[in-house]
Amino acid sequence: MPRLERRAQPSRVMMFASPLIAAVLMLMTGYILFSIMGKEPLHAFWVFFIKPLTTTYGIGEWLLKSTPLILCGIGLAIGFRARVFNIGAEGQFTMGAIAAGGVALYFYNTDAVWILPLMMLAGVLGGMAWAAIPAFLRTRFNTNEILVTLMLVYVAQLFLGYLVQGPWRDPEGFNFPQSRMFTDSETMPVLVEGLRVNWAFIVALVLVAVSWFFSFKMFAGFRMEVSGQAPDAARYAGFSEKRNVWFALLISGGLAGFAGMAEVAGPIGQLQPIISPGYGFAAIIVAYVGRLHPLGVLLASLLLSLLYLGGETAQMDLNLPSAITGLFQGILLFYLLAADIFIHYRLKPSPSDSRTTITSPPEPEGDIT
Amino acid sequence: MSTEQMILILVSVVTAATPLAFAAFGELVTERAGVLNLGVEGMMLLGAVIGFAVTKDSGSLAFGFFAGMLAGMAMALIFAVLTQHLQTNQVATGLALTLFGAGLSAFIGKPYVGMTLTGLNPISIPYLSDIPVLGHLLFHYDLVVYGSFVLLFGLIWFFKHSHWGLVVRAVGESPVAAHAIGYPVIRIRYFAILFGGAMSGIAGAYLSLAITPLWVEGMTAGRGWIALALVVFATWKPTRVMVGAYLFGGVTILQFYGQGMGIHVPSQILSMLPYIVTVVVLVLISRNPKTILLNQPMSLGVSFSPRT
Repeated sequence: MPRLERRAQPSRVMMFASPLIAAVLMLMTGYILFSIMGKEPLHAFWVFFIKPLTTTYGIGEWLLKSTPLILCGIGLAIGFRARVFNIGAEGQFTMGAIAAGGVALYFYNTDAVWILPLMMLAGVLGGMAWAAIPAFLRTRFNTNEILVTLMLVYVAQLFLGYLVQGPWRDPEGFNFPQSRMFTDSETMPVLVEGLRVNWAFIVALVLVAVSWFFSFKMFAGFRMEVSGQAPDAARYAGFSEKRNVWFALLISGGLAGFAGMAEVAGPIGQLQPIISPGYGFAAIIVAYVGRLHPLGVLLASLLLSLLYLGGETAQMDLNLPSAITGLFQGILLFYLLAADIFIHYRLKPSPSDSRTTITSPPEPEGDIT
Repeated sequence: MSTEQMILILVSVVTAATPLAFAAFGELVTERAGVLNLGVEGMMLLGAVIGFAVTKDSGSLAFGFFAGMLAGMAMALIFAVLTQHLQTNQVATGLALTLFGAGLSAFIGKPYVGMTLTGLNPISIPYLSDIPVLGHLLFHYDLVVYGSFVLLFGLIWFFKHSHWGLVVRAVGESPVAAHAIGYPVIRIRYFAILFGGAMSGIAGAYLSLAITPLWVEGMTAGRGWIALALVVFATWKPTRVMVGAYLFGGVTILQFYGQGMGIHVPSQILSMLPYIVTVVVLVLISRNPKTILLNQPMSLGVSFSPRT
């Protein structure tokens, strides 16, 4: 029986290998799953993971769907590094969309270049405002941010539902619960004619770089890292916990709000009761699979957006339920968490010489994943 | 408002409170053993879809509830293996369980969308239910509602008067000490986690088999998270969990009867109430940090490994 033995040092190789191991295991599970459902697994794989990327339009869609994941993911990663668990990005995303949509509808008859920047600002502020609630409650009243951010997701979604069925409903929309379509000057310009991917993707890429610079080159980023990895050391050094909580929530909220704005002012083009297939929740997986590192988040976003895209293709071509996307997402995160054990432990083939084990170092406090 | 209407409303408060009570009781036991399982929502969703599917296919509500319970336990088992053996972070694993449960339940439930079945019927306790007004109010419910009270008194007894109840509490307060005097900490935590899964499974099945006998994707609508908040609100005490569940049951029902009671607020705004109330009670209870510190199991959310 092989048993686990603690490594003297956490393995850096495993740190980067475990997301790959998790992805491979997810694919193997997918193979079994497709077989059980009576689909030719290799063909299903091709339809799910390759076919969407065989056309230029498909690649555009791939980048389009990765945009909200990148934006929400880098924000959440910054928070998770400091152990601030904002899991309500979906709600901040919705509030950003509402704020931006409000601007668009208010200036409906105005055709000006400043409307789009104003919508972006509104989106960011909307997301920030929504994230400020848990930040205030946590710093002032010691309230758990996990539960508060999550509860506010439902509130935001209901609020959006109220707006599009009530005051913001399109007067010429045959009573459908949706707003007017945004005009051209209220829509994000596309990157390439004929594709739907827009400039928000470029903004997301720039923000990946900014977030990398912040996390690894700036003192403020270091301060947050220390607070997450060694709270006692951070307190001793006099780093303010409250400032970290505020900062983490405002940044992740603002980014999620911007993502929401880019979604309604991009591919959707109006406000609807449902504006996201769970991007804000998938971003939690993105953050973990991306090792809370901006570049990792970028790669993980591309993987998860391929899962969304593949789910749609598989629904059309193989008649599989698109819910399979959510299933794959959950499985991926489980495998990642399980594979992560090899960062701190290694397999030992035989227990015979167990007495020679070196004394294990204490568990690092900041073992985030 | 007539007496019949009042009774109708109060009865629906009870039915709304029951799944919350079950899920929160399960999580209470898990947390008392020092394990924070944020996957309640996921376990409930799977319990709901499996309960519905099995009842639909077998025609038996009892089978459905049993299968829902097993489904919740199966989910809890994944959580237990990951957190207890592989020492994964409990917060991350619980979130994963919720996301996985949402995906898996939507996947399994696809063929069952739009189907209906005959839900769980109330049974009248002979003689007692004939008492005017009170009889209908107190003695005319389905078995699960009575089960929640059995569970309440069972838990009070378990934690106050039974040997193993004390052991579970010891494991939650100080796993190192419990381990040192020879209690199998990991095994006890396994049982606590599985119990939590079973109760969440039943809670989920109650949603899809009794309250609205159909399956809708994501039908728990945050009830699992509200149950988690209830445990904090109740400062880890069974009686207060029950009180909290009824309070929230009342708030949930308000959205259905609010219009009729002359509250002219859009339905979406009324539907926000349970979530807003959850936030408000969380603020009230955690306002004083001592309340949480004094009542929360000391080792809550911290991994324990007998190896080191």
